[in-house]
Amino acid sequence: MSHPTGARINTDLLRPLLLTSWRFYVLAGVFGAIVLLGLVSWFTQMTLGFGISGIRWPVYWGFYVTNFVFWIGISHAGTLISAILRLVNAGWRRPVTRCAEVITVFALMIGAMFPLIHLGRPWLAFWLFPYPSERLIWPNFRSPLVWDFFAINTYLTGSVLFLFLPMIPDFAVVRDKSTGLRRRIYGALALGWRGTPKQWHRLESAMQIMAIAIIPVAVSVHTIVSFDFSMAPVPMWQTTIFGPYFVAGAIFSGIAGLLIAMAVLRKFLHLEDYLHPVHFENLGKLLLVMALLWGYFVFNERLVTYYGNGPAEMTVFRQTQNGPYAPLYWTMVVGNFVLPLILMGIRRFRTITGCVIASIGVIVGMWLERFLIIVPSLGNKYLPYSFGTYAPQPVEIIITIATFAAMALLYVLFAKFIPIISIWELKAGEHPSPELIPPATEEHRLGDLHL
Amino acid sequence: MKAVYALYPDGQSAQQAVNRLRAAGLKDPEITIISAQPMEDYEFGQIDKATWMWWFACAGGLVGMATGFYLAWITEFGWEIDVGGLPTFAWWPNLIIMFEMTMLGAILATVITLVVTALLPRKGRRLYDPEVTDGKILIGVEDPREAAAVEQALRAAPRGTIKTV
Repeated sequence: MSHPTGARINTDLLRPLLLTSWRFYVLAGVFGAIVLLGLVSWFTQMTLGFGISGIRWPVYWGFYVTNFVFWIGISHAGTLISAILRLVNAGWRRPVTRCAEVITVFALMIGAMFPLIHLGRPWLAFWLFPYPSERLIWPNFRSPLVWDFFAINTYLTGSVLFLFLPMIPDFAVVRDKSTGLRRRIYGALALGWRGTPKQWHRLESAMQIMAIAIIPVAVSVHTIVSFDFSMAPVPMWQTTIFGPYFVAGAIFSGIAGLLIAMAVLRKFLHLEDYLHPVHFENLGKLLLVMALLWGYFVFNERLVTYYGNGPAEMTVFRQTQNGPYAPLYWTMVVGNFVLPLILMGIRRFRTITGCVIASIGVIVGMWLERFLIIVPSLGNKYLPYSFGTYAPQPVEIIITIATFAAMALLYVLFAKFIPIISIWELKAGEHPSPELIPPATEEHRLGDLHL
Repeated sequence: MKAVYALYPDGQSAQQAVNRLRAAGLKDPEITIISAQPMEDYEFGQIDKATWMWWFACAGGLVGMATGFYLAWITEFGWEIDVGGLPTFAWWPNLIIMFEMTMLGAILATVITLVVTALLPRKGRRLYDPEVTDGKILIGVEDPREAAAVEQALRAAPRGTIKTV
């Protein structure tokens, strides 16, 4: 396997930007059509009313809130993983970080749309805003939903900046390599970047500070999303384990999403010289750790409920263990635990294909986990008069599929217009001969060790 | 703008050029160094390293925390409501708002510091060569007092391509 340097890194990574393959139009067309279908469905729901969805008393949170939690979870792939790898100065992070950070931004954007879709009539969203009105609606500023607003917006702002800052030197590269309108656009995006030592130092300091700031924010975001559930007196929701359980699940699904994205990029953009099997193997090990952690949390949650033997909790418990939701529950266990344990635990299977199969299992499993947290509990509350069921309707299914297409479309467009692997970080990974390296920077070499 | 500069293919030659320019009597702020990647493995890559960015980030965090506190205070007393016997201004839930605003403040202060100190164009500092993108390292002097001495110093370092604008 070759290790590209200097000018070849430019050529390889700028190729998708400067040359457009027919594949790009096909992919953009297919994903765009599915997104369009999703938008038509959403407008149909707005026109005909929320009644065409399957959301009705007592299950008011169906596919839409499942998707909201799922996408916020997926968003943990990027910024959090990238920030941790940056802080520990892991050398193998270089081709991975941007692929990951992009997932965060797009997943957050998609996730943040679901509260709007869930409103039914989003043009009345301003009713939720606190402003003096004659309707005498007193908003509760101590509500977990207010925490969501602050947490998600902070994370989105931080993630966009965390993604954008290291792109500035790469915009300068594209500026220098292009002509005409493209040169002007990338020149504006490069913000006058030249590459002086001062600029490099400031950029690296900024990235370090942001990495330190963004990790607790990322953890807080999913903890706060879990508070949406655990603050409510609903069976199997009111538990202190939900915070770390949600965070672990989010990182878990995030890594799976990142592995799938990396495999697709490697294949379609011919990035075999940049995304090596060792990158997949290292992330595969992380996936294995998270699968074990997920299993640990699920065991804790289930055992405490079982041993407590509360009638309402046990009703929900049985619904998922051997009741109508059992097929979904056990599919979740296979996808989230059994499959990653086998494929990532046995070294022979820890290949790129193995990582992708395990990741698909995790994505399916984590979506089911969100669904199984929400629906069985809401359909079986403390008093039997409020028992009910939920059946998703076509509009919800189409919108759900469209969000996956939206993620793919945004990713394809991003990879078309911006180098998907950080050019300058790859170049910075090349070191001169060891005798030229002063002792102060010896730590950089540690990042090249493969675990 | 007048400038004399050279493009070097590697950090070792660039380091020698910087050393020669210093020997010719130039101070570090007078020397322009441009590269396509951080050159922390070389001494010239350590120039201009000192920064107040960490302190500005801390200050931004404090401003954010104060804003979060103010927002929570003003809204909860502005729309006073009794929820399950909680006090009107309850610390536990408000800590979340204050935490998020602290982090947002730190992040924004960091980015603003970066833009102001490193990205906004400086007066008279415009030297650039697109060949840097291909891995060349630019070492030069803008508006040199003695162009000939600068050129001689740059030539003394090996493998450089001298240019004048």
